[in-house]
Amino acid sequence: MTKLFNSDSIEKIKKELEKWEKECLPKSLERYKERMEKFTTLSGIEVKRLYTPVDIKDYDYSARIGLPGMYPFTRGIHATMYRGRLWTMRMFSGYGAPEDTNRRLKFLIEHGETGLSLAFDYPTLVGLDSDHPLARGEVGICGVAVDSLWDMQIIFDGIYMGDVTTNMTINPPAPVLLSMYVATAESQGVPYNQIGGTTQNDPLKEFIAQKSYVFPPEPAVKIAMDVVEWSVKNLPKWNPISISGYHIREAGSDAVQEIAFTIADGIAYVRHLIERGMDVDSFAPRLSFFFDCHINFFEEIAKFRAARRMWAKIMKEWFNAKKERSLWMRFHTQTAGVSLTAQQPYNNIIRTTIEALAAVLGGTQSLHTNALDEPYRVPSEFAAKIALRTQQIIAYETGVADTVDPLAGSYYVEWLTDEIEERAWRYIDRIERMGGMIEAVKKGYPQREITETSYRFQREVEEGKRFIVGVNIFVEEEEEEIRNVPLLDINQEEVENRQIERLKKLRQTRDKSRVETCLSKLRRAAEKGENIIPYVLNAVKALATLGEIMDTLKEVYGEWREPPIF
Amino acid sequence: MERTSDILKGKRIKVLVAKLGLDGHDRGAKVVARALKDAGMEVIYTGIRQTPEMVVEAAMQEDVDVIGVSILSGAHLSLMERLMKLLKENKMNDIPVFLGGTIPLPDIPKLKELGIDEIFLPGTPLHTIVEYTVKAANRRRK
Repeated sequence: MTKLFNSDSIEKIKKELEKWEKECLPKSLERYKERMEKFTTLSGIEVKRLYTPVDIKDYDYSARIGLPGMYPFTRGIHATMYRGRLWTMRMFSGYGAPEDTNRRLKFLIEHGETGLSLAFDYPTLVGLDSDHPLARGEVGICGVAVDSLWDMQIIFDGIYMGDVTTNMTINPPAPVLLSMYVATAESQGVPYNQIGGTTQNDPLKEFIAQKSYVFPPEPAVKIAMDVVEWSVKNLPKWNPISISGYHIREAGSDAVQEIAFTIADGIAYVRHLIERGMDVDSFAPRLSFFFDCHINFFEEIAKFRAARRMWAKIMKEWFNAKKERSLWMRFHTQTAGVSLTAQQPYNNIIRTTIEALAAVLGGTQSLHTNALDEPYRVPSEFAAKIALRTQQIIAYETGVADTVDPLAGSYYVEWLTDEIEERAWRYIDRIERMGGMIEAVKKGYPQREITETSYRFQREVEEGKRFIVGVNIFVEEEEEEIRNVPLLDINQEEVENRQIERLKKLRQTRDKSRVETCLSKLRRAAEKGENIIPYVLNAVKALATLGEIMDTLKEVYGEWREPPIF
Repeated sequence: MERTSDILKGKRIKVLVAKLGLDGHDRGAKVVARALKDAGMEVIYTGIRQTPEMVVEAAMQEDVDVIGVSILSGAHLSLMERLMKLLKENKMNDIPVFLGGTIPLPDIPKLKELGIDEIFLPGTPLHTIVEYTVKAANRRRK
């Protein structure tokens, strides 16, 4: 036990505190009544007036804080953190047709982005081709439209895939998009061991929050774990899953629920893979995470530190992982889209800056910073560049990346890290008692928790208990600013028509019987419970479309319908 | 919050809250649905991924006083055009329709032209939406 303070010191500090409370504090309170009766974090954790060594008096430094790169990894997963290598600056981007996105990726690379991240449009996210009736009006708006291998090849035209890593925010169709990525890399001559990146591929949070589900929970998990299994065996640099709290938070959870539900999702996946007969150390080092970074500065930093410590403990003690890398919680962070305001949009630059700073102080491995215009539309070049520059300023000017975990030892931050961890464990215990996250999701438990929390937050904003500048404080009636923000112009109809034309051409020129053979082999493999990825890859190479492959899988696995609760 | 049952004599106000299009951002729709319910209204929430046809069908089946639509995918112009056209074809265009979501200001006049009664931008207080819904329902019942 490496106690931080000896009991004599603690006694002395306690006496000083008593004196302070008697002699110093009343005068101050008399002069300035405190701004609120009760101060709380965004998660509703009550924040005390002052934190001192007394709040962490029994702290075992080695067991709870330790050293970076060593268990329990509270201070970070690497010994030197950003002194050696900065976090990856990975801007989530994609809009219009593949040609538009190809241009945007090149623009961001030219301005110093160090990793790619693809945003797909809604039809792609739910596995529909651009010519599907449900896709009308949605093609190319929220991200880039991808229907076939041709589209992926256009997105990466002139970008050598052996030199970049790419995140793809894709879930039910992850096997298809991964196959398109791999096939495109192959066509560029990139060997498998140089293909690097991430598929989000996290089905449970789709039911909980992001709601781009297609298949019911069990087959959804099965398919996602096919991606993990196949990637672990074939693509040594690929992160086949990004277990995501981001969407859980954006849907309205608090910080505690965000890490608790995410970790519970992770536990469900680990169990599934072990049940498949895989050795925990064969896949655990490839699991990655994705979190939100909201505006309550210290709470977010504490959240990251707590989550890292919890995951290490779970992997070590619950699953008996032996490799050090299996204990690492590696994560990507995105600043909170939900914290941005449509009002006075330039203020969003400031919010994003503060959130990005918290993510860095929390030890993130990669970061997306939101653009100021995102409450309206996918970002313009102008806004995306400012967002990227925000990260570069934090990295190269502020000095915050020059020492490891600089907030460790702060009485408040350490106390809050503990508090968040303890509260998150309580959620995990409850989910365990329900039989794990798959069961909890089917019962609608995390969904209801999030709905409650988001409604409570909204009420607090309206009752003036929480402030949002430009929304319920410092409001401007007639805002010139909004009208002056230059928004990205997407010619939606033109994009949709272009995609539909390309699909027509594809269907005319490809070898129809080869497509049919590939799809029927895929169906049989799915029916037999085999790993489907090799069959999806063949279908993609035969130029089967995203929609065709997904329809084949839907025939076997069925589709999920959510009871509309509010 | 004011109980609307006291304001509107007779039958409770019935509102359809619909998530039109493919996007899954249901936080706003659910918060609004909850606020309308807490204000004493009967709320039917469609859930996500509704087509214009499904929304019109639900509004017809449930005989609602007001329709609230939430879209955060940016596809509002195309989707709302089709919804308003279908309502007209079914002679249901007397039902007031309000829209919420990520709507850029330049689109507002176009949406108003389609016959959408009210557009609520992000940051709108819930009581504003509740008060609007009561008024809109009363106007239709007169």
